[in-house]
Amino acid sequence: MPENLLEVRDLTITPAGADAPVLHDVSLSLAPGERVGLIGESGSGKSLTAQSVMGLLPEELHARGQVRLQGHSGNLLEANEKTLAGLRSDIVSMVFQEPMSALNPLMRIGDQIAEVLRLHGKAPRGQIPTRVRELLRDVHMPDPDSARFAYPHQLSGGQRQRVMLAIALANSPRLLICDEPTTALDVTVQKHMLDLIAERVSAVEAGLLFITHDLAVVAGVCDRVIVMYRGRIVETGSVDEIFTAPKHEYTRGLLASSDLEATDDRGRLFTLKTALAYSGPQIGEAETTADVGEPEDLRDEPQTSTRPEHTGTSVAESTDEDSVRTASAGDGVRGASVRDDHRTPSVRESAPLIEVSDVTRIFRGRGLFGRRRSDVTALGGIDFSVAAGARLGIVGESGSGKSTLLNILSGLDRPTTGHVRVGDIRVEAASSQALRRLRENLQIVFQDPFASLDPRMRIADIVAEPLIAAGVDKDERAARVEEMIAAVDLDADSLRRYPHQFSGGQRQRISIARALVTRPQILVADEPVSALDVSVRAQVLNLLTDLVDEYALTLLFVSHDLGVVKHLCSEVIVMRAGQIVESGATEDIYANPQEEYTRRLIAATPSLAEALAG
Amino acid sequence: MLTYAINRAIQFALSLVVASVVIFALMSLLPGNAAQVALGTNATPEAVASLEAQYGLDRPPLIRYFDWMGGMLTGDFGTSYVTGAEITPVIVDSVQVTAILVIAAIAVSIVIAVPLGTFAALEQRNWIGVTISAISQVGIAIPNFLAAIILVIIFSLTLGWFPSQGWMAPIEGLGGFLLRLVLPVVSLALVQAAILTRYVRSAVLDVMREDYIRTARAKGLTKTKALFAHGLRNAAIPVITVAGVQLATLLVGAVIIEQIFVLPGIGSELVRAVANRDLVAVQGIVMVLVLLVLIINLIVDILVPIVDPRIRNAA
Repeated sequence: MPENLLEVRDLTITPAGADAPVLHDVSLSLAPGERVGLIGESGSGKSLTAQSVMGLLPEELHARGQVRLQGHSGNLLEANEKTLAGLRSDIVSMVFQEPMSALNPLMRIGDQIAEVLRLHGKAPRGQIPTRVRELLRDVHMPDPDSARFAYPHQLSGGQRQRVMLAIALANSPRLLICDEPTTALDVTVQKHMLDLIAERVSAVEAGLLFITHDLAVVAGVCDRVIVMYRGRIVETGSVDEIFTAPKHEYTRGLLASSDLEATDDRGRLFTLKTALAYSGPQIGEAETTADVGEPEDLRDEPQTSTRPEHTGTSVAESTDEDSVRTASAGDGVRGASVRDDHRTPSVRESAPLIEVSDVTRIFRGRGLFGRRRSDVTALGGIDFSVAAGARLGIVGESGSGKSTLLNILSGLDRPTTGHVRVGDIRVEAASSQALRRLRENLQIVFQDPFASLDPRMRIADIVAEPLIAAGVDKDERAARVEEMIAAVDLDADSLRRYPHQFSGGQRQRISIARALVTRPQILVADEPVSALDVSVRAQVLNLLTDLVDEYALTLLFVSHDLGVVKHLCSEVIVMRAGQIVESGATEDIYANPQEEYTRRLIAATPSLAEALAG
Repeated sequence: MLTYAINRAIQFALSLVVASVVIFALMSLLPGNAAQVALGTNATPEAVASLEAQYGLDRPPLIRYFDWMGGMLTGDFGTSYVTGAEITPVIVDSVQVTAILVIAAIAVSIVIAVPLGTFAALEQRNWIGVTISAISQVGIAIPNFLAAIILVIIFSLTLGWFPSQGWMAPIEGLGGFLLRLVLPVVSLALVQAAILTRYVRSAVLDVMREDYIRTARAKGLTKTKALFAHGLRNAAIPVITVAGVQLATLLVGAVIIEQIFVLPGIGSELVRAVANRDLVAVQGIVMVLVLLVLIINLIVDILVPIVDPRIRNAA
């Protein structure tokens, strides 16, 4: 019987037919009841390690080494499927990342929980329904008595993850493995889920192996941290050690790039490369507003309405007809950075670039013979305006109407009532010609870097596509595409390749290049970094900041991550259930939120400093 | 769910009406009406006119359409201009033969394809899986009339196990009925089974990659048990849809198979009616075929939400 609950020795994983292992000599151990965080970016091997312990490694991967678990004698890597199946959910359980697809869509959740009880015979047959209700109550499922009859699609992501946790802990295992259990959830839901995991793990006295790329999350949940990088463990230590005195270069870089409060002297986030200058999280810091020395009147900035001229690159001036006419263009050449500008009051009073007034969007449920079913109000009376050059953050949880609003702004959807004006275009009544002009001036970067690029098109064609729609001739297309690819820091070589040859961060750069190639005035970014690793996130955010400055863009940045919005945006709108609950200058909102909902959102956002202080 | 079913039923009725209009219009628009056809090219215009009056062909098309539709709704497909016989009994008799043939064929192909396809998916990297895939690939390429001829040569002419043609009603003798059914059903089923095997295989492979199978394994099921407990029902959803389409294809395939095995099915009747220029019979038989295809689609549409609660709720 080993001392430790889990003992992994020299675990090496090699794909079939490959020489190079993807996991090198990984050794780690977990004492009974201990909570260990396993950190690393995608591809670092943290999920593979967990899958080896569960015996769920894909067949095409070959594992060598030793995995030993208290309660089972012998090496798990050599055990057959039947033996492993007997251990799973009995001694070791797992909660996965994707709550939307992890449950069988055709089975009621009560039956899915009952199954795991039946499989290991832990509850007498007659008591199973009672036990299912108990388990649902333990994970704070609303209305546990009727919830067991629900199908997965009737539950929200957070509720499904609660069900997964109920299944995982049903047989009181000794070890719970959580693989990014909250990454796909909203911040407020994430907070609840993390608390719940901590609570239930204590209740059943299990050990916890918590896999995540989010350092702030791990700091709040775990005692000890293991850092993985490129298939190797690079550092291990207590939470305090790792976060305050990281030894390995990569750990430092990860820490630096996940701190959205800290910036280098250019006002950019730290990346793996610039991490040396990072001085660690500001623990216990009460007020962060004064740190960068920004001018007092920062909050006035969004009210400006002048579009600064493009600087830096050669800009082919579009004719008045083709461009969205800005309210005032008479301010001459400006500096590259919007932040540096000090505008005169007369300019501030000019008309904003984007105006949204009283917009509603109601999705009608259609019944038989047009009979009305329940209507869904996605947007219920939205009002706001954005000045040229402003950086507006739109935050809210899923279902708050962010995406519907973006669709309406970009002319992909029409409002049920209300008016939307972008430049001189009335979007809700725009002709297809006007919509084409709109799209040249308002471009979108989408969330999913893997699904939003056509896998069968070369990068050159992907980036050039908006120009074809705009009727730009071939030579100029090629020139502009090359310029854009250089602007997003990719090699000219990339143009001949296909999307699958790029990483998530690189693909998002390509998306940004595609969006900016028409030289839009307005860039709309819909959760552009939420699918990216922390270290890559910092790079992409810095790139966005650079490009917004260089091309004098008006930025609309949609995110559920308040930290990112705080770093990037000067003004913010908080949305909930199709309404704007609060709006104003970012600093004001964060320092002094007026609404309960905003306060909850801010409190729920995990931050390194808080996690360490707490 | 009920509204959904009613909605589908209304769609079904509307499709039927549209189909009947198209069929009727085609038949009426063809040059040379039934009277002309019946009397031949040498007939005098007066004789044609008087026969037209007798058949009621001189009435406006709309009246004739409603007459035909009204008749069908009460189970009367009209009288053949060529033979003077009632068409309804012919259709009723022949539809039974075809229905037995087609339903038996789809049943056999499902019985072959589901285990084979599942097995091929589970063993996709082994020689067994590869062999099943290869055989089903070849099977798809064989037209069913060729399969029929080969089967007759082997099992009827050479081995003498089954009769090469003919039909016997079950009441005349169950053994004889079954014996005569084997070769036509197998010829129809083999090709469909080959196609269906590939669909089952890919549906199962897709399902095996799903997160909920991983969850099921994490719960303590072995890979195979996870597939049976959670995978097959999920894999059934696309397979049901494909099987529905196949059933419709089988109806058409039956026309040829019935000719080869000399079975008195609706396909044989259709061929005979076309050869005799029996317009009323052609019209009626085509209408019945359309009806059968629509019924199959309706059944599939109702079946899918029964299996899948997501569609049930959306409906």
